[in-house]
Amino acid sequence: MATHYTKTAKGLHWLMAVLLIGLIALGFYMHDLPLSPEKLKLYSWHKWAGVTAFLLVLVRLAWRITHIPPALPVNMPKLMQLAAHAGHLALYGLMLAIPLSGWLMSSAKGFQTVWFGVLPIPDLLDKNKELGDLLQTVHMSLNLLFIITIVGHIGAALKHHFIDKDDILTRMLPKHAKEN
Amino acid sequence: MKKLALAFTLATAFSVQAVEYTQVQADKSSVAFVYKQMGVAVDGKFKRFSSQLNFDPAKPAAAKATFDVELASVDTGAPEGDDEVAGKPWFNTKAFPTARFVSSSVKSLGGNRYEVAGQLSIKGKSQDVVVPATFTAQGNSGVFDGSFTIRRADFSIGEGSWAKFDIVANDVLIKFRITAASK
Repeated sequence: MATHYTKTAKGLHWLMAVLLIGLIALGFYMHDLPLSPEKLKLYSWHKWAGVTAFLLVLVRLAWRITHIPPALPVNMPKLMQLAAHAGHLALYGLMLAIPLSGWLMSSAKGFQTVWFGVLPIPDLLDKNKELGDLLQTVHMSLNLLFIITIVGHIGAALKHHFIDKDDILTRMLPKHAKEN
Repeated sequence: MKKLALAFTLATAFSVQAVEYTQVQADKSSVAFVYKQMGVAVDGKFKRFSSQLNFDPAKPAAAKATFDVELASVDTGAPEGDDEVAGKPWFNTKAFPTARFVSSSVKSLGGNRYEVAGQLSIKGKSQDVVVPATFTAQGNSGVFDGSFTIRRADFSIGEGSWAKFDIVANDVLIKFRITAASK
């Protein structure tokens, strides 16, 4: 049984950690800006990065399915193990749902997403103001839920490291890289 | 008898053609625009406009059209966009509430296609434009469809920080549909 995550899994984890926290921060920042060419530019960048994050999470899911992650410590209570699995399930679910809601919101608001200004992502929804506003609320709410889940994720990792003193945190760190 | 029938056919044909379309129906007409924002086509429309029209398909050269668009009725798809383009750097609707097109000549291009030349005035600036349009008779009314491209910089639409075209392109496609009933 593997005791560490693969290099690829670690790489994807930390790359997405940086990308997603950046995306959330940019999302809150740009929303409050007065309309300007910069604001429109930031919206485009946010959408491009969001599409990238969505594709990365698909790669990550494919990797996760084909590479069994290291098991949880045997002395971990069943309820805690269940909570850990539920937390990871929520993280993956939100990583999929948030970019999807952003894409649908853009379509409903009449602003097509064109990845890096080159690859048009089809509009699944027609322009519809009410639906656009609703999807904006959905996108925002999912992100608030995501922030709470990330805080829980980081808090749990720190608890494992400093209180339980197990290897849950360190096995995701680069220095413990296992070949592969 | 044959001659009479021919004369009758011609008279009928003439009387059908001699219909003049003048009563513009706002609810069946539209003025929309498409521009590119960082390479992505975005559309919008104007909700309020009025038009005076005299068009007889048999005498296109005598046709006249005046079109007034209430610029504050712009719908960009986002409320903050609507507020922005009404402001000074864009339309400056307080000083220049209306965009106006006045035709100078109408030319038949054959079939149902026409070319309308005229002057377009927005924000205190005027440009000569040539507008291709098609005309389709539908019962008692006629439908004019057409589109043409203007450059926003020609009318100082989008000044200051918006003056560059990297975010909002210079070319703006104007699309219109005017439905007018005959008298």
